[in-house]
Parts: sequence; C-alpha cells; structure tokens
Amino acid sequence: MDLSVLIFLTSGLFLGWALGANDAANVFGTAVGTRMVRFSTAAIICSIFVILGAVNSGAGAAHTLGKLGAIDALSGAFMAAFSAALAVYSMTKAGLPVSTTQAIVGGIIGWNLFSGTPTDHGTLIKILSTWIVCPLLAAGISIILFKATTAVLKRANLHLLRTDSYTRIGLLLAGAFGAYSLGANNIGNVMGVFIPASPFTDFNVLGLFTLSSIQQLFLLGAIAIAVGVMIYSKRVMQTVGGGLMPLSPVAAWVVVVSHSLVLFLFASQGLESFLISHGLPTIPLVPVSSSQAVVGAVMGIAILKGGRGIRWRVLGRIGAGWVVTPIIAGLVCFVGLFFLQNVFDQKVHAGGPGEEPMAMVKYASPEIKTPNVAMRSQ
Amino acid sequence: MELTKRISLFGRTRALEKEIDDFLDKLSQGSLLFKIAIRVYLNDGCTPDFETKLHDVNKMESDADHLRRAIETKLYAQTLIPESRGDVLGLIENLDKLLNLYEGSLWAFSIEKPDIPEEFHHDFENLTDMSVQAAESLVLASRAFFRNPDAVGDHNHKVMFFEKEADKVSSKLKHAIFGSDLHLSRKTHLRNFVEHIDNVADLAEDIADRLAIYTIKRTI
Repeated sequence: MDLSVLIFLTSGLFLGWALGANDAANVFGTAVGTRMVRFSTAAIICSIFVILGAVNSGAGAAHTLGKLGAIDALSGAFMAAFSAALAVYSMTKAGLPVSTTQAIVGGIIGWNLFSGTPTDHGTLIKILSTWIVCPLLAAGISIILFKATTAVLKRANLHLLRTDSYTRIGLLLAGAFGAYSLGANNIGNVMGVFIPASPFTDFNVLGLFTLSSIQQLFLLGAIAIAVGVMIYSKRVMQTVGGGLMPLSPVAAWVVVVSHSLVLFLFASQGLESFLISHGLPTIPLVPVSSSQAVVGAVMGIAILKGGRGIRWRVLGRIGAGWVVTPIIAGLVCFVGLFFLQNVFDQKVHAGGPGEEPMAMVKYASPEIKTPNVAMRSQ
Repeated sequence: MELTKRISLFGRTRALEKEIDDFLDKLSQGSLLFKIAIRVYLNDGCTPDFETKLHDVNKMESDADHLRRAIETKLYAQTLIPESRGDVLGLIENLDKLLNLYEGSLWAFSIEKPDIPEEFHHDFENLTDMSVQAAESLVLASRAFFRNPDAVGDHNHKVMFFEKEADKVSSKLKHAIFGSDLHLSRKTHLRNFVEHIDNVADLAEDIADRLAIYTIKRTI
C-alpha cells in the first residue's frame, strides 16, 4: 500500500470528521435539543448506524458525485476534500448546520475550474435541483407526517407519560434510521473522490463476508464521521434542536423521520430498482444535504403552525451559510491546487505538471456501480 | 443494555402513571371527606365523628404529600417529559395546596369551634357543595390533562361555574351574617369560616387557569 495515498486520504478523513460534527446534528439535533435523548446516547447510536449505512449502502449516491467532475489525480482529490472539510469546519465553528454536499460540490467545481475540465452541466443541474427539491420534499413529508401523527395521538388518548416514552423510543429508532441514511447518502461526499485511488484490496472477514476495497474505504470514512459525531457535534445539535424553532418532542420525531426518509429516498438503490421494475419514474441517487432536509422538515412544521415561532435570524444565518459554503470550498480548492501544483510540485490533474503519487483509474468507471464489485487501484 | 433500559422504562412509566392517578384519587377523596366533615359539624358540632373525618383528611393530605414528593423525584431523576415537567410539577404542587386548605379549614373548625346559628346552616352547606364541586371538576380537568387534553376545557368550564356560584353564596352568607343581631366578634368569626370554605373554590379556579395554559402548551 502506497503510504502517500494514506497521507492524501487524511483530507477525506478530515471531511468525514467535519460531516460527523455537522450533519449528525441533523439526525439527533431535535431529539437532543428537546432533551428527549441524551447526547451520549445519540452519539453512540448515530456512530454505529452511520458506519453500517456507509459500508452497506453507500455506493449509489457516491457514483453520481463522481460524474460531476472526474478528479483524475490524487493530489486534486486531496485538495477538493480538504477545501470542503475546511468550509464545513468553519460553519461548524459558527454552530451552523451546512451541507457537506454543497461543500464537496464547491470543491469539485474549484478543481474543474483549475484543471480546465468542463463541469458536467447535466449532473450539476441534477445536484442543484436537489438543493431545492430536498428541503421542499422534507417540508411536505413533515407536514403530512405531523398531521397523521397528531391525529393518531388524539385518537389513542395516551397518558402524557406514555406518549413521552413512545416518543423517546421513536426518536431513537428514527435517529438510527436517519444515521443509516446519512451514512448511505453522504459517504460519497467524504470518500467519493478517493474511490479511484482506494489503496485497499478485498478483505474476507473470518470467512463470513467480504469487504470490497470501496467498502473498506467507506468504513474508514464512516469511522471518521463517527469520531466527528462523538467529539464535536453537540453545538450544531443545539442549534438544530432549539435554535431554529422551539419544537415539541412529537414534532422533533416528525422532523427526524422526514429528514431520514428524504435521505433514504435519495440513496436507496433498492428503491430505484423497485421503481424501475414497476415502470415508475425514479428518484436520482444524489448525495443530498441532510441540513437542507432537516431545515425543510422544521419549516414544514412551522408552516402548519402559521409561521409562528420561527427564529428568522437563525434561519437567515443558516441560509447564508448554505450560499457561502460552496463558494468557500471552491475558492479554497482553487487556491490550494495552485499551491500544491506550483509550490509542492504535485500533479493535481492528469494533464498538469508535477509529480503524481500514484495513477488513478477513471472515476466513473462502470466497475464501481456497486460496493460489492471489487475494485483494485491500478 | 440500552434496550433493557428502555424496556424497563415502560415499567417505570406505568408506575409513575399510577402514582399520579393515586394522587388525584387522594384529592378527590379529600374533597368528599371535607364535604362530609362540614355537614357533620353543622348537624352535630365538634363530635368524635367530626374528629374522625378530620383525622381521615389529615391522613389523606399526608399520603398525597408522599406521593407528590415521589412523583417530583421520579420526574426529575428519570428526566421524563422534559417539555411538560415544570408544568406537571406546578400542577401537582398546586393541587396539593387544595388538600392543605381542607386540612387547615377543618383544623380551624376543630380548634375554634365556631357557633354557627341554624339559619346559616343551609348556606354553609351550599357553599361547601359549590367549593367541593369546583375542586372535583378540577380533578377531572387534571386527569384529562394527562390523557385527553381536548377535554380539559370542558371541565375547566365547570370549575369556573362552581367558583362563581360559590362566590354568590359566600357574598349572600356574609350579608346575612353581618345583617344579623349577632355580636361583631361572632360576625367576624363566622366570616372567617365562610372564607375558609370559599378559598377552596378560589384556589380551584386559579389552578384551572394555569391548567388551561399548560394544556395550550401541550398542544403546540
């Protein structure tokens, strides 16, 4: 295994850590913010299920991201991931839930601009459209779910304490589902640009199952996400949990489920094949922003309540963060690539000058459509 | 381990639900005992039967205190209903004050032994009925708060009604007392007892007002 590959992978791990610190807040933020689930419980469940989701179902959305810009040099991938991580980290410091997807898209476009590679407009539009569709879809789902849940609760006439217990269990289950979906959908942001350079080979675990090289790469990224969740996600969780709008525990559950469903819809290869087999229109497998999903879901509840209680200032800051994040990531990537190429003499794209640590396979090669297909670095 | 904890949480929740129900039962029984005790006093004076009723109300108040402390401790120790915890504690503590009023009022009858002329007995009984009915409606409103928030308004409406009626009876009684030929010291003495009983309805109304707010908060 080439040591330089591992060094370059650190920026992916940094991005994973930043994603864990920021996006995990979307999964359990409302549960922790309403004091229904302790932070430690949330962090443990979130970490476990992010890893499971990433390793088991992470390939679908990762594939689309690769089409946006086929980063063909490891140093370039390093800088794209690093710039995205830096953008997300700076927003995390500000306590704002941002989109890791937007950050990595910003980073890839930065690389495209630097290397003179044309950006695949079709894919870009597909991704950009999800930035609008995702919060709208989350808002729609949360409105329907909230109405249905309150109607069921009204009929059930449960004791306040019983409702509380059920809501806690519901929040934990929905959170686990959300974390799984987050891992499945967003691992592409973290490790997608490194797939062509995966230094791993297929690995058989005690004769029970085989981890492909991509799954091992995703496992590494997911562990980085889990570390981010554990040590740095509390602050953003509090912003999501109570900063945007005060939520009741039941509303918190609705938000988590809506967010998780949206992420799942945009990551599920199973659902895609089901829709195809029934001749129905498919949902694109795109890494969507869990932040946009959760903010959309909270807004759905707010709309139901006639817009009362929304803290517009916080919403404005979050919205500004979404605009600034890809711009920061793009700029940092562009400038960083310049330094990598001209100061550190690294080859940041296939046609550029400098040294290349190792050759990369073409990113969007058909072999990587599923994680089970072994892919060796060449 | 987390799963075991969660499963046992249902057991603990059920136990706490039962304690809250028991607390409300004590309050309801305390109200009925108070009503019987006043009737016994008006008919027979401070007899051993009255003292027994006073003792029963004391025990009820003491049991309710234990339950209140247990409920408060569990709500906080198990970090249950974080959104409504403060409201539930406020409700339970205020309801407990009703039992304190019953106890204090009956102690005053036992210690001061007011001599209530026959002509005022009917109004005293009427006032007690209205006050106790206000408290009873409040118990129903409180039960509804836990299980069926939509019904709280219906019960609260009755609390308001009985409080108004109690006020009318109490004003009428005070007019009658101060319009009588009794000595001023007896008039003021009797007035204190009218207020003792009327205070029950007033407190029930105050608690019902707060309960209405707690209910609105629950439905947001």
